[in-house]
Amino acid sequence: MSRPHTLALSAKAALFGALLAGASLLPAAAHADEQYFPLQSYRVGPYAAGGTGFFGGFIDYLNLINTRDGGVNGVKLTWDECETQYEVERGVECYKRQKSKTGVAAWNPLSVGIAYAMIDDIARDKVPLITVNHGRTDSTDGRVFKHVFPLLLNPYSESSGIVNYIAAREGGLDKLKGKKIAVLYHGSPYGKETIPIYQLLAEKYGFTAEQIEVPHPGNEQQSQWLSIRRSKPDYVVLRGWGVMNPVALKTAQKVGFPADRIIGNVWSNSEEDVIPAGDAAKGYTAITTQASGADYPVLQEIVKTVYGAGKGNLDDKKRVGSVYHNLGIVNGILNVEAVRIAQEKFGKRTLTGDEVRWGFEHLRLDPKRVEALGAKGLFHSINVTVANHEGEGRVTFQQWDGAKWKVVSDWIAPDWALLRPIIEKSSLAYAAQHGITVRDPAAEDASN
Amino acid sequence: MTDLALDKPVPPNAAGPNRTAPTARRGMVRPSPTALGVGLLLAVAFGLLPLVGSEYLFDAILTPFLALALAGLGLNILTGYAGQVSLGSAAFMAVGAYAAFNLSLRLPELPFVVDILLAGLVAAAVGLVFGLPSLRLRGFYLAVSTLAAQFFVQWVFNKVGWFSNNSPSGIVTVPPLSVAGLALDGSVGRYLFGLSVVSVVTLVVWRLVDSPTGRALAALRDHETAARVIGLPVLRLKLLAFAVSSFIIGVAGVLWAFAYLRTVEPAGFNLDRSFQILFIVIIGGLASLRGAFLGAALIVVFPLALARLGETLLGGLFDSGVLEMSQRIVLGLLIIAFLIAEPAGLSALLDRLWHRIAGRLTALCSRLCPRSGSNRSV
Repeated sequence: MSRPHTLALSAKAALFGALLAGASLLPAAAHADEQYFPLQSYRVGPYAAGGTGFFGGFIDYLNLINTRDGGVNGVKLTWDECETQYEVERGVECYKRQKSKTGVAAWNPLSVGIAYAMIDDIARDKVPLITVNHGRTDSTDGRVFKHVFPLLLNPYSESSGIVNYIAAREGGLDKLKGKKIAVLYHGSPYGKETIPIYQLLAEKYGFTAEQIEVPHPGNEQQSQWLSIRRSKPDYVVLRGWGVMNPVALKTAQKVGFPADRIIGNVWSNSEEDVIPAGDAAKGYTAITTQASGADYPVLQEIVKTVYGAGKGNLDDKKRVGSVYHNLGIVNGILNVEAVRIAQEKFGKRTLTGDEVRWGFEHLRLDPKRVEALGAKGLFHSINVTVANHEGEGRVTFQQWDGAKWKVVSDWIAPDWALLRPIIEKSSLAYAAQHGITVRDPAAEDASN
Repeated sequence: MTDLALDKPVPPNAAGPNRTAPTARRGMVRPSPTALGVGLLLAVAFGLLPLVGSEYLFDAILTPFLALALAGLGLNILTGYAGQVSLGSAAFMAVGAYAAFNLSLRLPELPFVVDILLAGLVAAAVGLVFGLPSLRLRGFYLAVSTLAAQFFVQWVFNKVGWFSNNSPSGIVTVPPLSVAGLALDGSVGRYLFGLSVVSVVTLVVWRLVDSPTGRALAALRDHETAARVIGLPVLRLKLLAFAVSSFIIGVAGVLWAFAYLRTVEPAGFNLDRSFQILFIVIIGGLASLRGAFLGAALIVVFPLALARLGETLLGGLFDSGVLEMSQRIVLGLLIIAFLIAEPAGLSALLDRLWHRIAGRLTALCSRLCPRSGSNRSV
């Protein structure tokens, strides 16, 4: 190889390197009046069913707002996706990558692990972090976790809601006395989060809680269900995730435990959990914050406007109106309405993350407003405040009839007053450990 | 650096425990081009990058790269130099991370540097225990028995709440990083901290593998029976390899938890991570210090660059799931190509490239340069 050739090669290499570096450092072009949603989604890996449904619904709703309304008060919504595979490191990388773009509204990683890893940075960057239906329970206390929002339902409220539902089926909270409830939980941070709360509820209402761990990923549960058969509980609460759910239902059928006495939690409530179990899932009941089905006006508009124009996000149109898809849509409604509420205060323009945070802290959607949004029956209401970042979400229960979910209860309120002291104890400990000044909600409301 | 001593079969008498290494002494006196390169690299890493790098560069690329490179270095002592296969690396990382977390939580008066050392020692102790089967088992059998460490450690951290300070979910947030009163919780601070730790440990390992002990380990790898025949304390060496390797991997775990993610959860240290570290060592090059760094660079940086490229070129056409899948295919093919080109890993590949370039330059010089030049270049 002669010298010029080598030079040309190295020039090429340098050019390639510069291109790569350029791609990574390219500043986001400044857009007038756009609000950006960075989506740390997961479409591959073991939890892809949840990821594609949820982020599909979220994107479909954002698309609807852009197509039908031209954005939120003229501010166009933008988004892009970064694949995390539900892995913490990838989620962190996505966060660092996507945060450089302008006009970030809120983060929605849909993963407890990723959310935990982001909490420090979120506080520093002053952008809201939304963990709808999951997340760190004590982040409900907005006085300490200013930018974190476990909207609608934190894990403690979910447990309380399930116990209240079982009580309603038995004929009252006093009827729980002497009953036995087995909690079958996924052997992961998410699954373990509710161990103390079931213990507390058991002491309060006089039932026995038997908590049984299923090691991740949960495709072998013979011994757990044999011990359930031996101890004959009145109910089994299924706190599963992914493949663990259909396996639990099938194994229950094998050991002869009736499906209608199994109550699923909020991550065991999707079509993807029951269809693989076939017959064994018939009669199985699960909690949800958002009903399934595509009959709601907002769903109909998405089908007409977004899917009609060929811009729908789900590959399989049959999944429109499924539990995860509807959760994504509800999450879209909550995010968009927070932006809308913040715009009323700060102006109809691209907002900063902290301004959107203010919007989330004043996210009050009563049943009338929910109806106006075309989501009556899809979810009940939300009432977020500075102190309460969960927002008093109601839950309902749905039963699988072998082909679809059927709502079988009213909207039930968890026992928030009982849970609040435990939440505050944990959040105040966090504040002390991390040197966070606890906010005074009354003063903040007065200054706004 | 050290390949010189290791790539050739070790003459039995050179590995005697009390002999000073002649190569090492020579290396000290006359700095080789490698040493100069390392010096230059360190100058850039310590001096230049903190001034010009972005938060993304530090938090998403360099800090995880450093932690994984260190873990690779640790495993390389065990697998590359001593020839013992282990699939439990992530478990030792977890032990280091949880030990450092509990030390800083329960003994806040200890300086963090001491925490790191103690965390490394705890990992070394656990490594010793799980290294015991190596006294009887070899090869695949040993690999399978180290799986026990992987599953047992993860199970313990999941099961016993004390380790995670009874956090209900089992995920803990580590306290902000500060060394000697100096707050290092920014991305640059955490990067520099990681870089310092990795530099110091690498230096120590470099001296170790170049020492009689290092050569004894290589003898153990190359022919265990022969090593025994010439009187090497085989059992002690094996346990030593496990302890040192686990110590370093434990320190890598501390970096992973404190400098990189700032949260600790058992699921982050699963079997996938162990495989990742093993691949770093294999792809980078067994029994080479450089290999761990090259392998980690490939494993950390390459997928990101590929993802970025794919996103820029095709982001509008396909959704992120399709892109991700195609990246995996490309990555897999490239790894196969790399290993076919050079089964001994990136380190050897680099050596070959370097020799070829140097050879070309010499040839070129001998034609173009004045006479004195060609003499100097060799």
